[in-house]
Parts: sequence; structure tokens; C-alpha cells
Amino acid sequence: MSDTQNLTLVQAVRDGLKGEMERDDDVIVMGEDVGKNGGVFRATQGLWDQFGDDRVIDTPLAESGIVGSAIGMAAYGMKPVPEIQFMGFIYPAFDQIVSHAARLRTRSRGRYTCPMVVRAPYGGGIRAPEHHSESKEAFFAHEPGLKVVVPSTPYDTKGLLASAIRDPDPVIFLEPKLIYRAFREEVPDETYTVPLGEAATRREGTDVSVFTWGAMTRPTLKAADELSEEGIDVEVIDLRTLSPLDDDAIIESFKKTGRAAVVHEAPLTGGLGGEIAATIQEEALIYQEAPVKRITGFDTPFPLYALENYYLPQVARIKEGIKEAYEF
Amino acid sequence: MSTLQRDPSDQVQILDEDGNVLEGATVPDLDDDTLVDMYRNMMLARRFDQRAVSLQRQGRMGTYPPLSGQEGAQIGSIMALEEEDWMFPSYREHGAALIRGLPLKQTLLYWMGHEEGNRPPDDVNIFTASVPIATQVLHATGAAWASKLKGEKKAFICYFGDGATSEGDFHEGLNFAGVFDTPNVFFCNNNQWAISVPRERQTAAKTIAQKAVAYGFEGVQVDGMDPLAVYQVTKDAVDKAKDPQGELRPTLIEAVQYRFGAHTTADDPTVYRDDDEVERWKQKDPIPRLEKFLRSQGLLDDEKVEAIEQSIEDDVAEAIAEAEAVERPSPDEIFAHVFEEMPDRVRRQWEEFEQLRERYGDEQLLEE
Repeated sequence: MSDTQNLTLVQAVRDGLKGEMERDDDVIVMGEDVGKNGGVFRATQGLWDQFGDDRVIDTPLAESGIVGSAIGMAAYGMKPVPEIQFMGFIYPAFDQIVSHAARLRTRSRGRYTCPMVVRAPYGGGIRAPEHHSESKEAFFAHEPGLKVVVPSTPYDTKGLLASAIRDPDPVIFLEPKLIYRAFREEVPDETYTVPLGEAATRREGTDVSVFTWGAMTRPTLKAADELSEEGIDVEVIDLRTLSPLDDDAIIESFKKTGRAAVVHEAPLTGGLGGEIAATIQEEALIYQEAPVKRITGFDTPFPLYALENYYLPQVARIKEGIKEAYEF
Repeated sequence: MSTLQRDPSDQVQILDEDGNVLEGATVPDLDDDTLVDMYRNMMLARRFDQRAVSLQRQGRMGTYPPLSGQEGAQIGSIMALEEEDWMFPSYREHGAALIRGLPLKQTLLYWMGHEEGNRPPDDVNIFTASVPIATQVLHATGAAWASKLKGEKKAFICYFGDGATSEGDFHEGLNFAGVFDTPNVFFCNNNQWAISVPRERQTAAKTIAQKAVAYGFEGVQVDGMDPLAVYQVTKDAVDKAKDPQGELRPTLIEAVQYRFGAHTTADDPTVYRDDDEVERWKQKDPIPRLEKFLRSQGLLDDEKVEAIEQSIEDDVAEAIAEAEAVERPSPDEIFAHVFEEMPDRVRRQWEEFEQLRERYGDEQLLEE
């Protein structure tokens, strides 16, 4: 039986990086303030002391530069893990991610690959300034050649990050910063993996299937608990990987309940909720008892913090949406 | 003395427009066969280019970016690399890519719409062609950086045009290269026009070479239609990348040149530039220039030139025949190489498509 530590999600990120860097000399961490400062969220704290300048690299402040040079490094046999400080700052690197990281294997017919992991804290709820709270996972899930991963627990964080780093393809690893320090969980000291592409059932239920990920998992579970007191038995599926989606888990749960809701903090239009609803329609129409309800952020820019809690789906709104699916 | 330690506006030249060695200039230390090879390679690139444009006009090839006029810069620079060095091309370096080891047939296939054309042979150090502008500058920087971290001694040449120097990725790539002292040779093929926008609209700087100063390393301007000068400058930059001796490893080379033809076969350059300008630049054509020099050295005569012309004609014809003999790739190729392991969703789409093919046949599915 291995030893464990009681870690927060951000500590699990750090522990995961450390484990993979010890395991594989080609793994390097790069980005703004990731070195001596240990990252603005302390996700890389202590790594610079342990691994030094050549493996924990403070880069110039340039997102396309960070990701683009990481692509060159990855193609040349290293395993870079570039950090983008906030997802709202990822857009200067968007071209490098979608036009190059995602396509390098295809373009070279497999001669060159891009095994890197772009990490970015994402999502709202921490009273951050403008451009610090975006939740744009759909941009990347839309792009063939990328995998998109969002953990919601410390245990999953370490295991999913290890899988992402060992994966032969580029992975966008989005860390829900609202829950970076919200709770702790026992996490094994040794390295382990949680497979990409597999959803986790966080709560079993028979009446409504609710699909969610990241920071929305916790209010969704709370809503489910409260609804059970009203006699509604909610199943909560944490998708964990948004590309590739675990279609089997979605369909299997839906066939059991015949009703579904999706909870995400990203805007409604073009969000993954639509993809999940369409998948249910295509694969399980005859089981369907009600329209799939999407409980999401609004089709507006993410507001400054005075209003952010209105924007984010909270327990009351989640409960209301699930009831709508249940009572239809 | 290295050609690099000079003012960025002090253009390096060895041959004048008539192929005479300029006073005070030193011909690179190349043996006779290599000098004749340089000429042959440039002739081959030119002939290939002419045939490629013609194939596009005949509908036998898709849109193609011509290189005529740029052979001196492409061949002169790539011949300065050693086998262990790396080349990161843009989409116009067909001549340089050929000398680096990408067969002409592959280049043709790519522009004929076959993905396989962009897969370099496994033992050839060339990256895939990048169509977006300046993005490959960062890939070259990252690869050179990784090579340095691995303790290797290799140089990484990256080609781009004058338009690319306006892009953020150019600045970010050169900035990273300076900060991390990576073994890069940034080679700007300044051919005067970014499609229809002239070099003066890309930058107010007097030269592109001087931009290197801002990143802390050397920049040099060279006559890009003088293959000997291009060779020498690139050789010095490659040597410095591997053994910096007090200088930072990277170098920015601005090779001043001209594309004689269109940006691509979809472009009409007569809309934005004068015939006079084209004629003026044609006086600097790198091929007759090197030919005159080699004749004056007794390395070429009519008979040898004719033999070279015949052999390149054969090489190009053979490459075209081979490329055209390749059948349309199977649609399986659309689904291959997206990920190492095919996701279930992609597999289902592939399977559904295969069923459609069985039911309808390729002829109906390909009907426009």
C-alpha cells in the first residue's frame, strides 16, 4: 500500500508534474513565471529548485512564442509542458495550437508528432480581472488532432496529467482554478495514470443524467443531493475528457434515465452541451423522454467579478434546470 | 574573416552582375565539382519551377508558388549546411528542399494535393513545409533549443519571406532564440513583394537584417542573387551556430532578391508591379551570373552546359512521370494520422463513409 498525501487540486498538478519529470528526463516545464516564482498559482512551486534552469524554464512573455517553440521542442523529441497563465490569454497561441500542434502528425503523415501538454488555469469565480475567467474549451474540442482534458478532483488531476504527458499527441489540459484550493483529497505519492477519454460517474441515479466537468461538478453534485430530498434521483457524470468524448458513458447513462441536462460555465452557443445533446439525439432518440436541458454561462462576455456569480451556473439554477428535464 | 561582423546595411557580394569577382571579395573555399554542382542545382530548380507552372496551367497540378529568381538564395544557402543540420522551410523552398533530400516527386505530389508529398524521407533532416506565415520560425527555434539542451552541435536554418518579418511569430521566434542562445540561422528570402504589398510596407526599417540588433545577435544582408555570397554568409552563420566563440549563436540573414514570377499561380503580378522593375531584377539573375563565373574559371563550357541541361530535363521529366503515375490516395488517408490511436468517433465516421463508398462507388461520391 503506497503512501498518500492530502492534496488540493493545484498541489496535485505540482505533484503530477514532479512525478513525470522524475520519471522522464525529456519532460520540461516552460512558461511565464513558472521558475523561481513557482507559477502565479504556485502550480510549479519547487520544481525549479529540484530540476533547474534547463527543465523549468521562465520564458519571455509571449504566448505564441511559448507554444510555438514548444512545438519545435516536441517535434525534436522532448516533452514540453507549456503553461499559459490564464486561459483568457491563450488566444495569441491559438494559431500555433490549432494550425500546428494539432496538425503536425497529419501534415507529416506521422513523421513528426507533437507530444506536448498545454496547461492553462481556466474558468471564473475567483474575482479575477477581465480576461482571466474564460472557459473556451469548445474551441479546442472542435479541433481534430487535439485532446482536451478537464479534471475536477485532486486524484484525477495527478492521474490525468500523467496520462496527458505520456500521451503521444498534443493535449490541452484545463485546470478549473475555482477549485484549485477548494478541498483536499488523498493522492498517492507514487505516479499513476487515469485514462484519457473516460468519464467518471460521480453519483448514480435513475431519473435524470447530468453531464458536467471541472468546477461545475461540485455545485452539480450539491444540486443532485438536494434534489434527492425532493424525490428526484440524479445521476452525475463528470466527463473529465472533452475530446475525445466518452460517448459510451453518455449514451449508457441516458438509456437508463431517458432524461438529461448538461452543466457548463462556458457560453451556451457552440458549447459542448450542444454536442452532448446532439449525440443523445443521434444515438438514443427512442429512449428520450424530454428535451436535453443546457444549464450554462450566458452568450455574453464573462462579467467582471461583481456579477460573476450570476453568470456561473449555481446550485439553484442547476436544480431548476434538472427539474425542467425531469418534469417535462 | 567572417562575413557576419559588419554593418547590416553593408551588403555582402562576391560576384557582380556579370559574374566577375568583385574587388577585395574572396571566392568561397569550394572544390570545382561543388561549384559545378551549385550551378546544376540552380538549373534544376529553375527547370522544375518552369515545368511546375506549366503543369498548373494545364490543369495537371493545383495552385503552386513559383521560385524562379530565388535559386541563388535557396541553393547557395542550403549547400552551406552539413548533413546533421536541419532545414525548416516555408512553402517556396522547393529548390533548397530538393538539395536537402526531399525528392522532386514529393514536392510535385504535395502541390498535386497528396498529403504524402509533405512527408520527408526518414533519414533527411527537413521539417514539413508550413503554409501560414512565420509560424515555422518558432518551430525552428524550439527544435534548435531542444538540440542545444540535448548537447548536440547542429545548426537549424529556417526560411521565410519579407512579409513574415511583420508577423508576431517572427519577433517571438527571434526573441526566444536570442534569450536562449539557440543554434538558429534565420534566413529571410526578401523577394521584395508579399503578394502585392512591397517590402516598404512591411517595415520602415532600412534593412531587415538590422532587426537582429534588437534581439542581441548578428544580422547580415547579402545579395540573394549571388549564390557564392549567399553560400559564404550562410556557412559563417552555420559555423557560428555550432561554435559561437563569444557571439550569440543565432544569425539573421537577409538575402535581397526578387521573385520573377507570381506569388502563386493564382496571382497576377502585373496588377501591382511594373515590367521595368522585373526586367531590372532579371539583370541580376543568379544563374547566368554563376555560369559566367564558372566559364571564366574554365569549369564550364558549351558542351558541359548542354550536358547539364539534358540531364536536368530528364530528372524533371522523370519526377513528373512518377508523380503523375501515383494514383489518387484512398480516402482512408483522410482518417489516418490524426492521432496515434484513432478515437471511436473518428472510427465510426470512417466506417460509415466506407459503407457509403460500397453502396455508391467512388465515382458517384467524387462527382462535383
